[in-house]
Parts: sequence; structure tokens; C-alpha cells
Amino acid sequence: MANTLTKAEDRVEVGHAARIAHVSKSFAGPTGAQLVLDDITLDVAPGEFVTLLGASGCGKSTLLNLVAGLDRPTGGSIETPGGRPALMFQEHALFPWLTAGKNIELALRLRGVPKSERRTEAERLLELVRLGGAYGKRVHELSGGMRQRVAMARALAQDSQLLLMDEPFAALDAITRDVLHDELTRIWRETNVSVLFVTHNVREAVRLAERVVLLSSRPGRIAHEWTVDIEQPRRIEDTAVAELSVEITEQLRGEIRRHGQH
Amino acid sequence: MASTDIKSGAPGPGGAGPDAVKPDDLAGLEAGLDALDAVQVHRTPVREVLLRKVLPPLLAVALVVVVWQLLVWAQVTEDYKLPSPSAVWESAGDMWRQGTLLEVVWTSVSRGLLGFLLSVAIGTPLGLLVARVKFIRAAIGPILSGLQSLPSVAWVAPAVIWLGLNDSMMYAVILLGAVPSIANGLVSGVDQVPPLFLRAGRTLGATGLRGTWFIVMPAALPGYLAGLKQGWAFSWRSLMAAEIIASSPDLGLGLGQLLENGRNNADMPGIFLAILLILFVGIAIDLLIFSPLERWVLRSRGLLVKN
Repeated sequence: MANTLTKAEDRVEVGHAARIAHVSKSFAGPTGAQLVLDDITLDVAPGEFVTLLGASGCGKSTLLNLVAGLDRPTGGSIETPGGRPALMFQEHALFPWLTAGKNIELALRLRGVPKSERRTEAERLLELVRLGGAYGKRVHELSGGMRQRVAMARALAQDSQLLLMDEPFAALDAITRDVLHDELTRIWRETNVSVLFVTHNVREAVRLAERVVLLSSRPGRIAHEWTVDIEQPRRIEDTAVAELSVEITEQLRGEIRRHGQH
Repeated sequence: MASTDIKSGAPGPGGAGPDAVKPDDLAGLEAGLDALDAVQVHRTPVREVLLRKVLPPLLAVALVVVVWQLLVWAQVTEDYKLPSPSAVWESAGDMWRQGTLLEVVWTSVSRGLLGFLLSVAIGTPLGLLVARVKFIRAAIGPILSGLQSLPSVAWVAPAVIWLGLNDSMMYAVILLGAVPSIANGLVSGVDQVPPLFLRAGRTLGATGLRGTWFIVMPAALPGYLAGLKQGWAFSWRSLMAAEIIASSPDLGLGLGQLLENGRNNADMPGIFLAILLILFVGIAIDLLIFSPLERWVLRSRGLLVKN
């Protein structure tokens, strides 16, 4: 598959895109320190697609913030050998004072791409998310799905080996979300980027990932892991996706039930 | 065209197998969704702008002049107290013929604008410091807000004593009036920057000064502009206060002095003219510079909603 993001030889060959080792995180709470993440150990291989699944309060967004370097773990270590990871949020987080194209160019500029190459590169990335004509569009002129695609292009502009996604499609309507799942799968396969994708939606997790990691809540611990051996491109309605989703949902519910028992 | 794209591109929900989505189908489906969802943005035509934005204030001004003239005709008071509109107009005509009208206006406007620019140069870094450095904010934040409510006319007396009757004293009064507004505007602009933008900026590598330049400043621009607008109003008011109180032949004739001269000569049309000119300049600068700037910034961010 053509690697449109970067030439493969530019990349450092390493054994993992992210290595999360015995990471814990606690926040100061009203009743003393509150443990949010407890002894999380997780590797993301280069080019791998991993979803982190969990109910609310499992600290999945916290973990993503730690990997993104926006916060420091209380214990353990996180390595991202491919440089600063790119991060996509539930909200598009595009800057409204810039056009779609300039949003991407800002990411390129902060990465140190020379001025003469930025425009072409931004156009190419927009083309990659199938928004070729949107370069000069303002953020408010784009639909929700288009904004998330521009946000994806901006994240890819960081040319990081690791793309972190924090429920990026949760605020979209079902039709658009479905289409963006297809898009994300296509782009992931074209660019060979590693993805760590956080969601509370079991089917979404199974639809997208090669590996699904279930976190328990309060504190977040790795409860279970599944390897998804269903051929891509999948559909969210596929029987195989549905069957695995049922199994995972059972586990997830079990995790949630434990909290009602004391 | 959008509808045909969708028909050809959309696999029926629920009924599709793994091979249902071919690449072309996805592109078509997406194009259809984009066409359906995209937000239409259109601008108001010029004629409508004239009709809805320009006509009403003109009518209001005309009404004021008519009422004024009626009051003069009704002789509600002596004409040395209430000059007729035509007397004020003649007063302006006299100054125009002597060639002093534009000179007087320009003396004040150039002082006001220069003072304002100085205030921007000082207020902007000051505002950034207060907004971004916690200790400085705790130390001088309340004073800065308090200074906004202090009438700048209070500064005229000390400024004259410290600096003498010259232009520096005028600028000092303008700075003391305008810098707090501009700095405060920027502080509130920075405070209102959504934390999400800061996080997004940090993941893109915009930290420290680069974060301030690429993220914080542009994100705070609407609040900053509001501060600039208010800063101009304060500059202009401070200058008028200074010009009215401190008059000296060395200072040249500005609008404030024109007003003061009118008082000394019991020249009511001259006083009215000076007041109208002061008002006119204030409105004109706002209308010509700040309003278009503000509207442009808001519109380009989709914050100007048409109702």
C-alpha cells in the first residue's frame, strides 16, 4: 500500500509506537488522593490500531492525555519513540480564525516544514481526507463530519507515528460516524500510522481495531484484551462484529456491576 | 446532483456485507453528505445594508435637528442659550472659510490617534503579562480594573505639574485613561480562550511564546478588539478633558480649546459646534476603523449570526 504520509525510510524503525509501562495516575480529591489509573501496561506496535474501551470514570481520556504529554503520570513511564503524538479530540478543536487549509499549515509550520512546501502539503492532506476543495473554507462553513476530517488532516500533518483519538466521532450523527469509520480505516491503512483510539462504544471499538483493550473503572485497570481477527474493511453491522461486541459488552457490564456491589 | 450521489453511493443500512463499500462508493457517499450538511454562508446585499443600517441613524439625526429647530422657533429660551442649527452651521462655515476648521480637528485627532497608538503599544504587553503571569495578575489586576473607573480628568492637574503645559502632558493623560482599558480588554479576551484551543495548540507544539503568538493572541482577538474600541473612546475623552482644562498658546488650538474659547467668549454657536465636532470625530473613528474591524473578525469566525 502506498505510504502517502511519509516515505517509509524517514521513519525510525522501533519495536513499538508507544510503550506504556506500569503507569498510574492519581488526582487530589476531596477525600485525599484519588487513584484514577492503576498499573497500566500497554504496548502499541508500529502501524497497529488499538482501541481503549471503558465506561465513564475509567480514566481512558486521562491515559490518552498522559500519552500525549499533556499531563504527567504519577508512577510508571511512557515512551513514544516516534516523537510527540498527534491528538484528536471529540470536538474538532480547529482554530476558527484560520481557514481549513491554514489550520493544517499551522501544524506543518510548528513542525518546521518550510513555507514553500506547506501549501502543497496541506492540499495533499485535504485530498487524503477527500476535502480537496475545502482549503479556503472557514471552520463554520463546514459540517460536523467535514470538521472532523479537517481535524484528522491536521493531526496527520504532525507526521507523528502515533495518532491518539479521544472519542473523535462521539458527537456526530450515526450516518456520518459510519462514513468516518470507513475513512479512518482507509487512511490508517494508507498511512501506516499507529492509532490509539478511545471510545465507550463497543461496536465502534470492534469495527475499527485490531486489538480492543477493556479498562475497568475507578481505578482504571486493564481488565481484558481481545484481538479482532475480522478482515477489513468491516461494517458495523457485520455478524462477526456483532458477535464479538456482545461478548465484550458482557464483560463491560460485569465491570460496571462490580461498582454497585458495595 | 447531491441526491444522485447519495443514491448511487449509499449502501442500505443493515443490509451490507463486508465488501459493500467500494472506494468510489465511499467518496460518493461522502460528497453527498458534505453537500447536504455544508453550512450556507451568504452576505447581506448592499441595498439591504443601506436600508437597514444607514437609513435609521440618518433619520434619527434628522429628527433631532428638526426638534431642535422647532424649539428655536417656539422660543423656549433666549437664543444666547439655545442657538439655532443655522447659527451653528454658519459658525462652522466661518471656520471653514478661515481655513481653521480642519486644522483644529486635525490637531486633536492626531494627538488622540498618536496617544491611542502609544496606549496600544503599552497596554498590549501589559495585558498579556497580567493575563498570563499569575503573580502579576494578583498584584496589579485589581488596580488595573480600578483605574478604568477613575475619570482621567483627575490626572490633568498632576500631569500639568509634572510635565508642564505641553503635548507630553496630553499624552500622559491619554495613556492613563486608555492603557487600563486596552490591557483589561486583552485580559478578558485571554480569559475567554477555550482551554481546548490551548490543549490543541500544545499537542501541535505551540508552547511558550509560540503558543502566545499562534494560539492565545488570535484566539483572544475579539476581546482585545473590544478593549481597543473602548481604549479609543477613553483616549478621546481623556484628551478632550486635558484640552479643555489645560490651555496655553504653545499647545495649538484643538477641539477642547475651541470649546473652552467658546465659553470664554460666551459664543454659544461655537460651543455647540465644538461639542458636535468632538462627538462627530468619536463616532467617525469608531465607524470607520473599529466597527468594520470588529465585524470582519466576528464574521470570519462565524460569530456574526444573522437573524
